[in-house]
Amino acid sequence: MTDPITPVLTRRWAEPRSWSIDTYERTGGYQAFRDALRADPDELIQLVKDSGLRGRGGAGFPTGMKWGFIPQGPTGAGAKPKYLVINADEGEPGTCKDIPTMMADPHSLIEGCIITCYAIRAHFCAIYVRGEALHPIRRLANAVREAYAKGYLGRDILGTGYDIDIVVHAGAGAYICGEETALLDSLEGRRGQPRLKPPFPATAGLYASPTVVNNVETIASVPFIVTGGSDWFRSMGTEKSPGPKIYSVSGHVERPGQIEAPLGTTLRQLLELCGGMKDGIPLKFWTPGGSSTPLFTAEHLDVPLDFEGAAAAGSMLGTTAVQVFNETVSVPWAVMKWTEFYKHESCGKCTPCREGTYWLLQILERMLHHEGTEEDIETMLDICDNILGRSFCALGDGATSPITSGIQYFRQEFLDLCAEQPAAKMSDRDTAPAGAMA
Amino acid sequence: MTLPEGMPEALGPLDKPEEVVWAGPADQPIVGGVFDEVTSTRAKEIIARYPQSRSALLPLLHLVQSVEGHVSQDGIRFCADALELTTAEVSAVVTFYTMYKRTPCGEHLVSVCTNTLCAALGGDAIYRRLQEKLGTDGEPLGHEETSADGAITLEHAECLAACDLAPVIQVNYEFYDNQDVDKAEVLVDALRRGEKPHPTRGAALTDFRTVELELAGIFPDLAASVEGPSEAPETLLGVTMAGDRGWAAPAMPDTPPALPEKK
Repeated sequence: MTDPITPVLTRRWAEPRSWSIDTYERTGGYQAFRDALRADPDELIQLVKDSGLRGRGGAGFPTGMKWGFIPQGPTGAGAKPKYLVINADEGEPGTCKDIPTMMADPHSLIEGCIITCYAIRAHFCAIYVRGEALHPIRRLANAVREAYAKGYLGRDILGTGYDIDIVVHAGAGAYICGEETALLDSLEGRRGQPRLKPPFPATAGLYASPTVVNNVETIASVPFIVTGGSDWFRSMGTEKSPGPKIYSVSGHVERPGQIEAPLGTTLRQLLELCGGMKDGIPLKFWTPGGSSTPLFTAEHLDVPLDFEGAAAAGSMLGTTAVQVFNETVSVPWAVMKWTEFYKHESCGKCTPCREGTYWLLQILERMLHHEGTEEDIETMLDICDNILGRSFCALGDGATSPITSGIQYFRQEFLDLCAEQPAAKMSDRDTAPAGAMA
Repeated sequence: MTLPEGMPEALGPLDKPEEVVWAGPADQPIVGGVFDEVTSTRAKEIIARYPQSRSALLPLLHLVQSVEGHVSQDGIRFCADALELTTAEVSAVVTFYTMYKRTPCGEHLVSVCTNTLCAALGGDAIYRRLQEKLGTDGEPLGHEETSADGAITLEHAECLAACDLAPVIQVNYEFYDNQDVDKAEVLVDALRRGEKPHPTRGAALTDFRTVELELAGIFPDLAASVEGPSEAPETLLGVTMAGDRGWAAPAMPDTPPALPEKK
């Protein structure tokens, strides 16, 4: 039985100047890549497969399998240059794990990048950080500079003959660039709009070459897996969702914050660690992994928060961005605010998402102004049905999550608004144009 | 009526549009307008980092903002010249991203998160109060508008990825955590007096143009700007609690286990 909190990625965070290479090396950093660079790259891929590491950016795709898709060999696609791209475009509402990771311990990510580049046989890595994350960008830029100075990056790393360059690349404010193919277009200097898949990035990614796109937390885990081995990694979490995970608890709890715990931890356990609900006001609804994951309620306190557990209960693990809302918050209001977000961030490439989010917001705003009708609820569900699975990328799917789950669990609140009963507490002060469209 | 060529009859034949094709020699320094030799050198330094030059477009647009405080038509032309793109191609990119401002910004950019969680904890109220405070003649300041004294451009922002520290404000993308209406007013008052209150997390406050240079990947003084507080108590919640209670991840083996053979 593991402890309730298992700091691995967060272990160094409380060290003085945790972000410097001195601290990193003093606490065991930059050892794993020395072993890795002596190994056969395929053995590293096998290690990550054996560890069961799954992508921490939301989808949970097996990382080792993704690396294994990269074509190798002297002919065909295998002969092209390969690229590693780190998705550090953290912006899913509620998600706030990668920014503290990059601020507090950028070298874990850099060391993970070196090992991953070597494993997939890439010589160029770009870390795409959302532009608003200025201080993490500085910390990464500094870490890259320090790593070059030590000979851990650049030409002929540690005399192995292997070359790796890393560029820290700032985005410019577009949630959609967290979608991996939109990110690649953005990194190529274009509007960040998703690409049709297939081809997948593994065969035609950056500059139409084989590319691995992985999340920050995923790649920062790699040095620990090399050092600890797959059995050690699997001693945390569950069979299908192994390892530790950074749960970001926010909202109406006494002590919000970052808690790294084994996958499969429940909200009940997290709430206990966070000192319970703020001022004792009862829980009403919460997201297990950001606003794109369908809402949960107090019924779901004991759902194991791993990929399987969250899915079996009708939601998704997402980014383990646990946003907790108490009874004072109106569900239709919250849903309207999230829809405003999706409408603003829809890239406009595909019709269901572009038009759907626009009209969903119109309806929700009307409802919040007590001008909705019961029929509007069905209209919204119908629109959601036309977005989900019919959009170009997951942004559209995500936009439907708060609406369909909000109506599923709190239909009466929507009906009450339509019946022009007194608005829920938040609604009258928050339908002002504060968050209205840009 | 529209003719078979698709040309509305009344308009007659159109003149060839200007600036469709990049025509400047690539090896000449890119200088013009407000963009001096230093900026031109920086642009080349940025372009050299990427396997393909067009990847430098987003950083170059940040570079333009560090000079102009926004992206003007001159700025678009500067990027187009530097990357051998058309101005139309650059414009298409500029207009897609919210961090590129099309009108001049004030000394500081104040971004208030009004996404759901921050809003529920007071973000909407903060934004509304700042709109009123920074407006003139009883007219609240709008999104991406600048106060009359030129000190502050105000915007509402989507999730700024600091939800455990909600509600949050950024000034020039430095974090001011756990805000409320009163704190936000004090902050804005100080900015308008020319003071630079230190962010909760981040480097010493500078101004919008200076941070845009850093976003372009040019760090005039990284040794200084990399410092500054970054770990709030919220950030360290789990690791601190684990330390207090003697909790830890399972111990790793003393030496790294042998790597598995490829299956």
